[in-house]
Amino acid sequence: MDYTPKEMMTIAAAREIRNDDIVFCGTGISMLAAMAAKNINAPQSVIFFETGAIDSKLEDLPLAVADPRIMYQSSSNAGLLEAFATMQNQITGRHVVGILGAAQIDIFGNLNSTVIGDYEGPDVRFSGSGGACDVASFVARSIIFMTQEKRKFKKKLDYLTTPGYLEGPGAREKADLPGGGPDKVITNMGMMGFDDQTRQMYLKGYYPGITPDKILQNMEFEIDITRAQEIHPPSANELSLLREKCDPQRLIL
Amino acid sequence: MKINGNKIMSIEDAVKTYVKDGCHLSIGGFTINRNPMAAVYEIIRQKIRDVHLYAHSNGQGVDELVGAGVVKNLEIAYGGSGKFASTCIRFRKAVEEKKINVEDYSNYQMTLRFLAGSMGVPFLPTRSGMGTDIVNIWGFSPEARKQNTRIPNDKLIEIENPFGEWGDTKKLILVPAINPDVTIIHVQQADYRGNCRIDGLTFADVEQAKAAKNLIVTCEELIDDDSLKNQPDRNQIPFIHADAVIHIPYGAFPTACFRCYDYDPVFLKEYARLAKDDTQYHSYIEDTIFKNPTHRDLLDSIGRKRLEMISADENHGYAKNLDRR
Repeated sequence: MDYTPKEMMTIAAAREIRNDDIVFCGTGISMLAAMAAKNINAPQSVIFFETGAIDSKLEDLPLAVADPRIMYQSSSNAGLLEAFATMQNQITGRHVVGILGAAQIDIFGNLNSTVIGDYEGPDVRFSGSGGACDVASFVARSIIFMTQEKRKFKKKLDYLTTPGYLEGPGAREKADLPGGGPDKVITNMGMMGFDDQTRQMYLKGYYPGITPDKILQNMEFEIDITRAQEIHPPSANELSLLREKCDPQRLIL
Repeated sequence: MKINGNKIMSIEDAVKTYVKDGCHLSIGGFTINRNPMAAVYEIIRQKIRDVHLYAHSNGQGVDELVGAGVVKNLEIAYGGSGKFASTCIRFRKAVEEKKINVEDYSNYQMTLRFLAGSMGVPFLPTRSGMGTDIVNIWGFSPEARKQNTRIPNDKLIEIENPFGEWGDTKKLILVPAINPDVTIIHVQQADYRGNCRIDGLTFADVEQAKAAKNLIVTCEELIDDDSLKNQPDRNQIPFIHADAVIHIPYGAFPTACFRCYDYDPVFLKEYARLAKDDTQYHSYIEDTIFKNPTHRDLLDSIGRKRLEMISADENHGYAKNLDRR
């Protein structure tokens, strides 16, 4: 069965979401992954937006986290204060899974979504944190979407927007960040996890047709590939639910 | 704030009265929803300059204010317009070309800053951002801060928990309060005194409105009696905060207004295309904003058919069958 790397990525992320997870999602593929989980493998997961809507019905794919489509049939329509409080409050926050993306990532899962080059007069300016820094500070675990490119998997970030494991083992605890840190990185070639001891990224899986070496060639830093296994391709059921239920207009796919 | 009186006026007069060169401004809405666009276009028409703008994620409105040269300083969490511009295009250009001074925060930090302003306290604490460059790297230098009495001497301050380990917390980031000279929001309903009713998500509009010295409210429906008081639970902002109330149907266009209309994908896509080129963007400002002296004229130039396409259906609150490709 034919499928695109984007479909594989979306489904790989959706498989990481479980029933009873409260899923924080942003715009684009992260929203689609949350919808896919809800429609495929985790129907009891709860989708949640930084703008203040929770458990929106999502009959139609939103194109922004402020899209009126997230306001339809939600459990409550509040605002930013309530949404971020839900994550900062560890009674609720420890049940939240964040789905994030960025322009650059380092070996400890720290993210840059602000600038390439100097902060003043940068070579490239991006959107900035939005809620990403807050989410990654607060929530139990986060899943990060990245494109597998050398210029994106960097030894040193140009700007640290969003905290991963900072400088490594013990650093989040020392900084007193309440949340658990990054859990998975999902790219167009494979999936990375983070080692419990070293807090460093390692290769967990690669998609059919991709080799671990090819992934290494598309990163500026080295990671352990000894634990990597081939990832199951999307099943016919996963693909049809993704295409027909989640994004029939192919707005993201 | 203004306590008594009928506050209905024209958007021309409201902007002339409250939005001055160099003023500290914030606008409501979020990315492509409920931005006070009619007011944004009027600010551009009146050629207001050197504005200090506070934004969390007020996408389209911020990009047009920056693009038209209104903004000098920008404190912001996110410059993006969803799928239409993952990074707002004129914002990106202005920062890369050093045409504006920018300072980065997170969305929660900005929201708490407005809340602190609305509460009358100098700062509030959060557990967001320790160890990041949002705390470490400042957009405004210590010297610039000392010279400008309108901004605090520090960006963000990390402290030890003064209550020991109460709340299982050792460290906190303190975020400084914001009290804009003027906040502008667009709501579904407002009455002649300025009581406001928002349908759908409020974003940070309520905190921004209550933190401001002056509040301009534009609305889809202007209520000329006290009937909003029949269902007070549905009102978010009481009249005491408001200074000006302006009736502007489609006042958030081309951004969305829940239960009234959707965002206009045709406009936003075309905007993104024109924004990439300086000459074409200049023509956009001339043709779309300056050649249409009022928002009514701008809407007429868009045409009734397009407005019907984005009209919200009663069940969903958005345009169910809108082609967004």
